[in-house]
Amino acid sequence: MNLKLRVWRQKDRNAPGKLVEYEAGDIDPEMSFLEMLDVVNERLIGAGDEPIAFDHDCREGICGTCSATINGIPHGPERATTVCQLHMRHFKDGDILTIEPFRAKPFPVIRDLMVDRSAFDRIIESGGFVSVRTGSAPEANTLPIPKDAAETAMDAAACIGCGACVAACKNASAMLFVAAKSSQLNTLPQGKPEKDRRVLNMVAAMDEAGFGNCTNQYECSAVCPKTISEDFIAQLNREYLVASVKQSFAGK
Amino acid sequence: MKLDAKIPSGPLVDKWARYLSEIKLVNPANKRKYEIIVVGSGLGGAAAAATLGELGYHVKCFCYQDSPRRAHSISAQGGINAAKNYQNDGDSVYRLFHDTIKGGDFRAREANVYRLAEVSAEIIDQCTAQGVPFAREYGGHLANRSFGGAQVSRTFYARGQTGQQLLLGAYSALCRQIQAGTVTMFPRTEMLDLVVVDGHAKGIVVRDMVTGEISSHSADAVALATGGYANVYDLSTNARGCNVTAAFRAYKRGAAFANPCYTQIHPTCIPVSGDYQSKLTLMSESLRNDGRVWVPKRQGDNRPPQQIPEGERDYFLERKYPSYGNLAPRDISSRSAKEVCDEGRGVGPSGLGVYLDFSDAIDRLGLATIRERYGNLFEMYERITGEDAYKTPMRIYPALHYTMGGLWVDYNLMSNLPGLHVLGEANFSDHGANRLGASALMQGLADGYFILPYTIGAYLADLKEKRPSTEHPEFRKVEKEVEERTKKFLSINGKRSVQSIHKELGQLMWDKAGMARNEEGLKEAIAKIPVIREEFWKNVKVPGDGGEINQELEKAGRLADFLEFGELLCRDALDRNESCGGHFREEHQSEDGEALRNDEKYSYVSAWEFQGEDREPVLHKEPIVYEEVKMATRSYK
Repeated sequence: MNLKLRVWRQKDRNAPGKLVEYEAGDIDPEMSFLEMLDVVNERLIGAGDEPIAFDHDCREGICGTCSATINGIPHGPERATTVCQLHMRHFKDGDILTIEPFRAKPFPVIRDLMVDRSAFDRIIESGGFVSVRTGSAPEANTLPIPKDAAETAMDAAACIGCGACVAACKNASAMLFVAAKSSQLNTLPQGKPEKDRRVLNMVAAMDEAGFGNCTNQYECSAVCPKTISEDFIAQLNREYLVASVKQSFAGK
Repeated sequence: MKLDAKIPSGPLVDKWARYLSEIKLVNPANKRKYEIIVVGSGLGGAAAAATLGELGYHVKCFCYQDSPRRAHSISAQGGINAAKNYQNDGDSVYRLFHDTIKGGDFRAREANVYRLAEVSAEIIDQCTAQGVPFAREYGGHLANRSFGGAQVSRTFYARGQTGQQLLLGAYSALCRQIQAGTVTMFPRTEMLDLVVVDGHAKGIVVRDMVTGEISSHSADAVALATGGYANVYDLSTNARGCNVTAAFRAYKRGAAFANPCYTQIHPTCIPVSGDYQSKLTLMSESLRNDGRVWVPKRQGDNRPPQQIPEGERDYFLERKYPSYGNLAPRDISSRSAKEVCDEGRGVGPSGLGVYLDFSDAIDRLGLATIRERYGNLFEMYERITGEDAYKTPMRIYPALHYTMGGLWVDYNLMSNLPGLHVLGEANFSDHGANRLGASALMQGLADGYFILPYTIGAYLADLKEKRPSTEHPEFRKVEKEVEERTKKFLSINGKRSVQSIHKELGQLMWDKAGMARNEEGLKEAIAKIPVIREEFWKNVKVPGDGGEINQELEKAGRLADFLEFGELLCRDALDRNESCGGHFREEHQSEDGEALRNDEKYSYVSAWEFQGEDREPVLHKEPIVYEEVKMATRSYK
């Protein structure tokens, strides 16, 4: 099949960017979206042009590196699918595809389709962990955890940190990302002792990085390649409220 | 070169305990005076960096990904082994040890493997405490599943995302130390060379992949946790960025490279669909717990699978290996699949595929149970192939997946270059000639959490010289060499893309040094690789410049090393004139196609020493001596 691409090209963080048109002819429907970009890049290199820079690594939908907005939808039109797992059979001959980086102020574009998502790391550093020293853990089965709690924690833990939730949100809110991590740990008994400080610190780090507020539209959950539920945002809001109240009543 | 494995004396079961009670310790107040470089942030690297940080060392951790959370350990699906015996099915440290040695076809180092089995249980405790959401029974206790090469159920898992969950656990521990200021993280930074001062590894030269800046970092010790080299085959299940550069640069600076010919082909991957293919996707081996592998009995039978009656199907693994059946180890399952395809009985458009059929399991256990166990794998399969595996059998074919070889290390996980430590897939020691499923995660975390943090202390406690500054002439020299090399890539300005040359190398490697190898083919590859290498250095095209993000430049540097490394792999495969584990030499097989080892001549670890450009490397041999285990023909019948 033959497609027309309009791709965001930007030399570096400070340079202005623009959409540039490319023909993507003779594309096999069995290709993945990134393989299609590989083919376009091979042709660009052959013609002496610079290839389109895009982030990718595992190409099996788990590392969370790939990130592109296709026709306005982060990771493209297929539900529960990262760009690397999106196949060209979902498009048709003659389609025009606009391919842009994930857009959000806390995710500056560093080249073409690549963005800097280190703000996510800073949020995890602020509290997305259980403080347990290597070697100090008790025997694993001494603490039975109800199967449904373990399953809920796993549902939240499936987050791959790709940032599509932020790119889909009109406020560039990172609530779904933060909620996924805090809910995973707060649902498990291991995470309970640090529950309050975890949500307070992570939300503070999120605000500091410049992410916007959640206005409950759930575009985040709709584009999430791991279908993380917006219910976790409600859990985070509850836990944040409780932690804030406790903090304001706590003695000096 | 002298290879001393430094195995502690005494009975096998006491070695590690005794080692721990006898090693020198570093005083807590002195720990903060030491700097340690960790390259790589997968299970081994992240666990080591976090633990060393907790101990009070100053750690610098480097990864090429944009975040340490994205290292390729994340892709592991099935699980992690540990000798907990929670199922009461007779598991023990000794049994896990023995299964691993046997699975490795008696080519692994006994003392290292025993230690690995010993610390395995502690890994599960650690990860559980971190909040890793392992699968659980209704009673709240941890669940297990079975994996290939074992008759007990000792594999812990988190749906089909075990590697992801364990890595995110290690990453969270790492983040905690970054916040505490003990670890400084350098993402999007690629190690391009190792710096050796007075015979000790003292630092690295890196390129900032965003600004292009090349800089040096010095330290008291360096730990490489940089993964394996499966991408020398171009198409593999590894992430596209996985590369051999850090390990190969260390080799060129004097570290021995051990057993490069031991590569693992994973039996359950999605078959190749076209020549644009950029990577192969693995379906977890855990699928073989409930899926039955078969092909039609008749050649060229291209009826849809549902129309082939039971009597006309060949469940070849169950037929050949009745006691292990569909759970036969990876190398055996892969070769059996290749055999039936070579006989013209393969399925799918290319004829390079076999069925993995769940219909019996669905009848027996119900759709809901299968969905709960493997739901995400079935979804993944559908996403890639467009087929629904609940209704029609999956098509699978073997693909390059893991590499058992790596830099040579002693019992301390230190290479022959003092100060250079190597963890996880990047070293060679624990899996012999074949790795069992769910053992890679175990080894990465064992090395990172529970072994290196002790053994590196023993090295530092004896260290007299303080780390040099990066102004040292050796740092200047290596930095200059890296700059020159980068300029060279950009100046060739030929006609071929990096990928087109990588593909050519990969195809040659797969044909001549893939699932089956022979003398003639290996000699041919050894003759052809230098030709491809020359083509690369004369005719590659790397657009753009060095002072910016340049993905083609990154790929060119990695390929340049693969182009030398591939030849080393073939030389090792040629030298090892026997079949063992993942290394199958067609000249050495029994009448029914089983691998024939030659313990008399080849019970050694091959450790290759670099001799200089365009000179053949020298082979050193570390004899494999078993005190506890008896070498036997591996049988899974």
